[in-house]
Amino acid sequence: MTIASPAAGQPFLSIRNLVKEFDGLRAVNDVSVAINKGEIFALLGSSGCGKSTLLRMLAGFETPTSGQIELAGQSIVAVPPHQRPINMMFQSYALFPHLSVWDNIAFGLRRDGLAKAEVASRVEQMLALVQLSAYGQRKPHQLSGGQQQRVALARSLAKRPQLLLLDEPLGALDKKLRERTQIELVNIIEQVGVTCVMVTHDQDEAMSMATRIAVMSEGRILQVGAPGEIYETPNCRFVADFIGSVNMFNGHVSVDEADHVVIDTAECRHYISHGITGTQGMEVSVAVRPEKMVLQLEAPSAGQRAQAVEHGFNCVQGVISSLAYFGNETHYQVKLASGMELKVTRTNAARRDDAGLGREQQVYVWWDGSDAVVLTN
Amino acid sequence: MISTLKHMLTLRWITGRRFVISVPFAWLAATFLLPFLIVARISFSETDGENPFGNLMTYADGVFNLKVKIANYLFIASDDLYVLTYLSSIKFALITTLFCLLIGYPFAYFMARAKSTVRPVLLMMVMLPFWTSFLLRIYAWKGILANQGIVNHLLLSLGWISEPLHLMNTQFSLLIGMVYAYLPFMILPLYANLVKMDMRFLEAAADLGATPLQAFWRITVPLSKSGIIAGSMLVFIPAVGEYVIPELLGGPETLMIGHVLWDEFFTNNDWPMASSVAVVVILLILVPMAILNKYQAEQREGGRA
Repeated sequence: MTIASPAAGQPFLSIRNLVKEFDGLRAVNDVSVAINKGEIFALLGSSGCGKSTLLRMLAGFETPTSGQIELAGQSIVAVPPHQRPINMMFQSYALFPHLSVWDNIAFGLRRDGLAKAEVASRVEQMLALVQLSAYGQRKPHQLSGGQQQRVALARSLAKRPQLLLLDEPLGALDKKLRERTQIELVNIIEQVGVTCVMVTHDQDEAMSMATRIAVMSEGRILQVGAPGEIYETPNCRFVADFIGSVNMFNGHVSVDEADHVVIDTAECRHYISHGITGTQGMEVSVAVRPEKMVLQLEAPSAGQRAQAVEHGFNCVQGVISSLAYFGNETHYQVKLASGMELKVTRTNAARRDDAGLGREQQVYVWWDGSDAVVLTN
Repeated sequence: MISTLKHMLTLRWITGRRFVISVPFAWLAATFLLPFLIVARISFSETDGENPFGNLMTYADGVFNLKVKIANYLFIASDDLYVLTYLSSIKFALITTLFCLLIGYPFAYFMARAKSTVRPVLLMMVMLPFWTSFLLRIYAWKGILANQGIVNHLLLSLGWISEPLHLMNTQFSLLIGMVYAYLPFMILPLYANLVKMDMRFLEAAADLGATPLQAFWRITVPLSKSGIIAGSMLVFIPAVGEYVIPELLGGPETLMIGHVLWDEFFTNNDWPMASSVAVVVILLILVPMAILNKYQAEQREGGRA
């Protein structure tokens, strides 16, 4: 089918109230999201959260129980997969084992009935794009994992799809290769300029590749936003906890002003330097990322501490119960009087400088009032 | 001390491994190679009055004599009857294989794609005929196809025909019996192959624009090639030498090598001739198989698993 270019201001891909039930269980539960042209959009969640089912509905392998999927203003719900202008790069690639790399890439072009010369030139173009020109005659199993991944990408891009779907695109690669391939993959996608929806359970992958991320849990999208937004301003406890690591203090609002709030928890009093949508006495959580916290032996001195700390807020005392050295940074666990284990990350900016922060050491931990996020649900 | 112990353990492990491998080889040697050699030896010998076959080697007066008679083989090659019978056997075996494939492939395909709860039942139904005697099942076809049989009875009572069709003891009845008897040997390897196929390949094909039919021909069929070859071999090889089905269901004009073998052994009592016929059958089957094996091995080296 041919796709008209979307009217101005209209999202390129629009998913509305999408539901998919399997035997009465909702795998995808009332999902609505709009994706713009040229975006790399990531669906992030742990296994069983419904992200793969959502992707399979976009590809056409699953039929929605209800809801609407529109590509450039046209509904594609009833279009069978082989007629959708959408191509997918499968998890662990699904390269045809009996066909050469060349024939794998040409497979989709031939189904379109393109002339031989046209097929050949497009395949060569794709092979050049993924830098595998010398490997056309190899069979998939004769390639390394990284090369197979590039063939899969070339195959899914050969038909110049309107929408590219990536199912765990780097899941089958080892860690070192993954970091290199991430950059390579984004470069190629941007070079081609295709709109892209990817599914991943790996938050690093989502953060480094996507322009926007949708965090999914139990069939629902909890938050949609740019990687920075998702990380720094999570909208609920699940998202804060799922992305990166976080220290969560549970307490209630004791002062609720327009420009600041004070929250009392068992560990300390929290001064938040912005207003929240809440009421006095409301049960809330204060979330602080480990790398936003400062760890030191002495009580914060007047010169370094923030204004809030000066007034006795946002500062706790504890004992280092364990530490893990990662080279670039060290992760500390600080046990507080309340029993809470605080996670604090310290960048090892100078060589061989542990600032006397050893196990069983009595320490102070403090953070700025603007670095904490108040979560109400 | 420790290295000696290690050495002993390694040695034991190797001998253990050799032993495990040697058991099936010994079995094959005793039950296949030895009888084959005996048959081959008989085929080169001459009949005399008492023995159905004579001695190849004699030793008398310090002179060692080796007499190899190849007249039987020359006779087989020159006599039209043998050549025609071989060709006809191969023809029937090929047609049987083809029909088994045409019927068996869709059968295996839908079995493999059926719900996993239904599959064991379907599989059971394929294997169920093995629970009754082979002879009984072939005899049953006589009852179905005879002039007074079920098929004719039904067609007559429907008024579609005015007199009984002659179905029994024709090439038709022979082929029905052959295809019927060998069908499970085609279905089972095909099913085993198709059921493990990764369905994502079909999704990938659909995703790239292949219609379900295109996906079937370009993905499913090539990927099930090893199942097709295995099933065809399992049908073709025994079908070439089949004796019982042609005897019971075939017509007088159907030439099958199994029948010739029987005649040579038990009617003419010419064991060397019969053995020669048998050796040629084995060669006729072994040669294409060896070529196929070599081709497959080459393909594995050059590419796919």
